[in-house]
Amino acid sequence: MPVSAAEPGSGRRKGPAAATDPGFAVYVHWPFCASKCPYCDFNSHVRDAIDQERWRRALVADLENALDAAPVGIVRPVASVFFGGGTPSLMAPETVDGVLGALARRGLVDGDAEVTLEANPSSAEAGRFADYRAAGVNRLSIGVQALDDEALRVLGRAHGVAEAVDAVSAAREAFDRVSFDLIYARAGQTPRSWRDELERALAPCPTHVSLYQLTIERGTRFHAAHARGELALPGEDDAAAMYEETAARCRAAGLEAYEVSNFAAPGEECRHNLVYWRSGDWLGVGPGAHGRLGQGEGRTATRRWRSPEKWLEAVEKAGSGLEARETLDVPTRAAEALMMGLRLVEGVSAERFERMAGRTLEEYVGTERLRRLVRGGFLETSRTGARTTLRGRMVLNAVLGELLSRES
Amino acid sequence: MTDPAHIRNFAIIAHIDHGKSTLADRMIQHCGGLADREMREQVLDSMDIERERGITVKAQTVRLAYTARDGRRYQLNLMDTPGHVDFTYEVSRSLAACEGSVLLVDSSQGVEAQTLANVYQALDADHEIVIALNKTDLPAAEPARVARQIEDVIGLDPSGALLVSGKTGDGVVELLETIVEKLPPPEGDRDAPLKALLVDSWYDPYLGVVILVRVNDGSLVKGQRVRMMAARTEHTVEQVGVFTPKRADAGRLGAGEVGFITAGIKEVADTLIGDTITDAKRPTPRPLPGFEPSKPVVFSGLFPADTADYGRLRESLARLHLNDAGFAFEPETSAALGFGFRCGFLGLLHLEIVQERLEREFNLELVTTAPSVVYDVHLTDGGTLQLHNPADLPDPVRIDRIKEPWIGATIMAPDEYLGGVLKLCEDRRGQQTDLTYSGRRAVVAYRLPLNEVVFDFHDRLKSVSRGYASFDYRIDGYLEGDLVKMSILVNGEPVDALSIVVHRSNAESRGRTMCEKLKELIPRQLFKVPIQAVIGGKVIARETIPALRKDVLSKCYGGDVTRKRKLLEKQKAGKKRMRRFGRVEIPQEAFIEVLRADARHV
Repeated sequence: MPVSAAEPGSGRRKGPAAATDPGFAVYVHWPFCASKCPYCDFNSHVRDAIDQERWRRALVADLENALDAAPVGIVRPVASVFFGGGTPSLMAPETVDGVLGALARRGLVDGDAEVTLEANPSSAEAGRFADYRAAGVNRLSIGVQALDDEALRVLGRAHGVAEAVDAVSAAREAFDRVSFDLIYARAGQTPRSWRDELERALAPCPTHVSLYQLTIERGTRFHAAHARGELALPGEDDAAAMYEETAARCRAAGLEAYEVSNFAAPGEECRHNLVYWRSGDWLGVGPGAHGRLGQGEGRTATRRWRSPEKWLEAVEKAGSGLEARETLDVPTRAAEALMMGLRLVEGVSAERFERMAGRTLEEYVGTERLRRLVRGGFLETSRTGARTTLRGRMVLNAVLGELLSRES
Repeated sequence: MTDPAHIRNFAIIAHIDHGKSTLADRMIQHCGGLADREMREQVLDSMDIERERGITVKAQTVRLAYTARDGRRYQLNLMDTPGHVDFTYEVSRSLAACEGSVLLVDSSQGVEAQTLANVYQALDADHEIVIALNKTDLPAAEPARVARQIEDVIGLDPSGALLVSGKTGDGVVELLETIVEKLPPPEGDRDAPLKALLVDSWYDPYLGVVILVRVNDGSLVKGQRVRMMAARTEHTVEQVGVFTPKRADAGRLGAGEVGFITAGIKEVADTLIGDTITDAKRPTPRPLPGFEPSKPVVFSGLFPADTADYGRLRESLARLHLNDAGFAFEPETSAALGFGFRCGFLGLLHLEIVQERLEREFNLELVTTAPSVVYDVHLTDGGTLQLHNPADLPDPVRIDRIKEPWIGATIMAPDEYLGGVLKLCEDRRGQQTDLTYSGRRAVVAYRLPLNEVVFDFHDRLKSVSRGYASFDYRIDGYLEGDLVKMSILVNGEPVDALSIVVHRSNAESRGRTMCEKLKELIPRQLFKVPIQAVIGGKVIARETIPALRKDVLSKCYGGDVTRKRKLLEKQKAGKKRMRRFGRVEIPQEAFIEVLRADARHV
């Protein structure tokens, strides 16, 4: 059974008790981009001028406040710090330094912590890689998105293929751990053209890649175009073929799927994201960042002001960008544990689910409903937990719909 | 009271759009019934739906005071009859209240099937007929051709045909004069016991039920105790009046006169069209001939698209029923569509009118199941059953035979479309009984099973004739047919709302179409879903919806979890409107879409 024995990324640090600790992490959101991509619904904004120093102070203040406000027992040495966005590679390296310094002063960060920064593969940003490295970043996640110039143009990306390839090489020189993202099932793409593109992407032997099927999100330009019928996306069968192709090619390149869209060489999994998927504890600081703190009863969700200006004002006036905090009830905790855990190949552990839901998965979902999914080949269950099969992960929305459709 | 010798009661027979209402407006104007400032377009059609569709649903009368060239004042009662095939019986009662008819034909269009059927009804009622050719002001008018057509097709002598224009008013005086000269006055004995025909009735929020009457013998006065002979009820007359077209008190209606009464009646269903009204203390020994209780011929399930609207649908049906006793409704529960009503209608147009009024006046979104006719099911134990809902058909082993209603249909179409029309009728098990020509227009008579007509016939006829064919029918008895119940199974379980009774020869194609539509409209599920059309235990058509292969949940990180969870909750809320078939759940919308597609006959 997949669950628990050697959960990558968390187990090796501490004693046996920590084997089931999904870990503690810090997420820092940088909300600015040079331009807004037509598919992206993240909290990102385009601003003419950004006062880097003011933002550095505010992010550090928001972090200090979040640490102070966290319930007793949550704050512990971090498994990971993640600078996401937006485009954090537009952020001054001093901000990374400021955030890591604040954690270090409290003894929360050591040499083992994973520190990831998201970056765009432009030459300007590649020029700052060494500075980020010096500030403490040890893992870079690069938004390549496509290895096709026309596709990059349609996706609204500022870079070209050659520039992206150079940026990835530069990143690999500066950092031990580098990952990059690609988007597939784009308009006009075929399973064959995606396979060729993927082959090129895997040729330099990366150790981690995130490969996303294009999703059409509400409120984006792609959504409007799609609604008008101007975006001819590959059909379901082609999308399925591309997904299967993706898993097969990655495996051949030594990258195992460990989550719906993430592939890694052994031990190279993104520890930060594993904290999310294993329903760990994380602080979210910066505009629009979400946090989850506490296991089981009393688990709280925090949300920070989404608008950069509103958040900045709140931090500067009240010392914190917190907009709302709520305690999560059983159905919410159970839903999140399944939504996140079943994305992972390792699945959701029985112990974790019970901690969150106060009941076993079978009790919660219903024997018959669970059995239908197992018989259908979507799910595997054992005493230690439940996990999706490849087939189940391909239709995870529908599987979750089935699991969570009980009246409660 | 007017001397019957100075009364003329007449109806106007015309096809939709041939200008009946406009001509009536001109007649009212000429006789001073309304001041010019009170005139609005088409005074007679009072419901929105009547104005828009040019269909008269309720009969109305207008009493005109016309001073003829002979210097005498005549009382002319114009009877506006309901103008559609579904209201054949109602039309026959309106015509029975008159001695003559004006046959009004658009001189740019010519005779249509509906006109023909109504003229035959008028002839059945022994009417004297005055022919008027309308719209002679139009450049496209061909009065000579149309007159010839009237002779060819109907067999009436067109030599005295009048040329009129409702638009300009030309010929209106001539027409009024001809009505006085040519139509006979009513006969009747004003001293005999009261004998009056209940022509039509409607609900008025202030007056209660208003009853349109034609007095044959005796007289009707305020305060009189009257008996409805078929309904076996008694009432006291509260008001006696006429429409000019404004409502006016008359105090009394004598033999030969047409007008209205009110009698403290709350529901239209308590007044039977065609009933005989007589004096309770001095009743007539014999009622008027021709009364028939109203009987729905087409049934359909009406369901609210939003299940929360069930209560509102029930109230709305009850309110419509106040004014339309011709339709019947009772609660029906469908596994696929939830709670709704099984409703009976006088015909397809009647169904459409009720549906449209529910949607428009009561703001309801409706799902309508395939219309079904009433079958006579003869059981092996000797019993019979009137089947209104295909889902209720007993087990085939209990059925000895099934009889279905047939109609006599008249179709008129330009001859270039005749081939298509004949093929359509043959495909629908039709039997040709007549085929004649008038110029380049063909008149075909067919006997057809009604269940072939309720499904898609009108639309097909329109499409094979590019809209030029006109169609009319009357119910013409029951005949045994090789009829079977076809059920649709989704994942092995029947979908009640999709069951139909169908002739064996058409079952396979109907079944195949239905399965194909369902395959198109049901979203892919985690499991593959077989869709079958079956008769008895035998599968006659089959499709399979392949299992879902890939859905899109590409990313979910710390910041997305709340939002994604809310999406899933929305998905879950949507499941409340899902129907479970074994291990799959099908959204109710899919069935609604199939029924809509079926109604559109794609």
